[in-house]
Amino acid sequence: MIDVSDSRPVPQDLLVVLRHPPHGTHWLREGLDVALVAAAFGQRVGLLFQGDGIYALLKGQQAGPLGQKGTHPQLAMLEMYDIDTLWVSARGLNERGLSADDLMLPVVPLEASAMVELLQRHPHTLIF
Amino acid sequence: MLNYALLLHAAPYSHQAALSALRFADTVVANGHRMKTIFFYHDGVHNASALMAPPQDEVHLADGWKRLHQEHGTELLVCVAAGLRRGLLDVSEASRHGVMSHSLEAPFELTGVGQLVDAMLTSDRMITFAP
Repeated sequence: MIDVSDSRPVPQDLLVVLRHPPHGTHWLREGLDVALVAAAFGQRVGLLFQGDGIYALLKGQQAGPLGQKGTHPQLAMLEMYDIDTLWVSARGLNERGLSADDLMLPVVPLEASAMVELLQRHPHTLIF
Repeated sequence: MLNYALLLHAAPYSHQAALSALRFADTVVANGHRMKTIFFYHDGVHNASALMAPPQDEVHLADGWKRLHQEHGTELLVCVAAGLRRGLLDVSEASRHGVMSHSLEAPFELTGVGQLVDAMLTSDRMITFAP
């Protein structure tokens, strides 16, 4: 079982929703770029990892032989940019047989209803 | 009157999203609102190509964006990082990178993602069009 947070998530200035895995497309990389730049501009940024976007957080990633740089170096930079509000879909974790222990950064798992509220309460949302 | 900004992720002629974004932008100004900024990101940067040559009986997307700029002052901002790696370079970037030709011209501008954040903060609405 996954420990789902029962406290109401605190909205940030900008919510960036990440729905794609690290390899295969450039969506994740360009989404994380926006998050980092917005934080550099002084915005409080929250990240929501949904669906296969959860794989972005999986431990033990490498650039590998695929010819892509990978996104784990960007994730390693989040803390430096004061992005420490990381939400993840609890259902998405369950469906992939993952737990918070499999992820490289501390996350707050959210139920579907909490994710709806999150989207409603953020003034700005960008989806990648 | 509201200030609108659009974020376009879709390549031209590959997905409906690019055409829908142009139709939406035209509708924004037709309804008396201001179409302030269009930010081209991800594969959307290809909309800014000065080299596109679609058949004459199809909508010319690059000309559509330029018309918005000429008639309504819409900023046409292209992410420089997304653009350079996909071959969208203006004269100065082409020269700086030593490539034979350029593919992007005014009124399209190469800018950083910071301009996207700025557009989001200074517009009443930011609408994303993605494939």
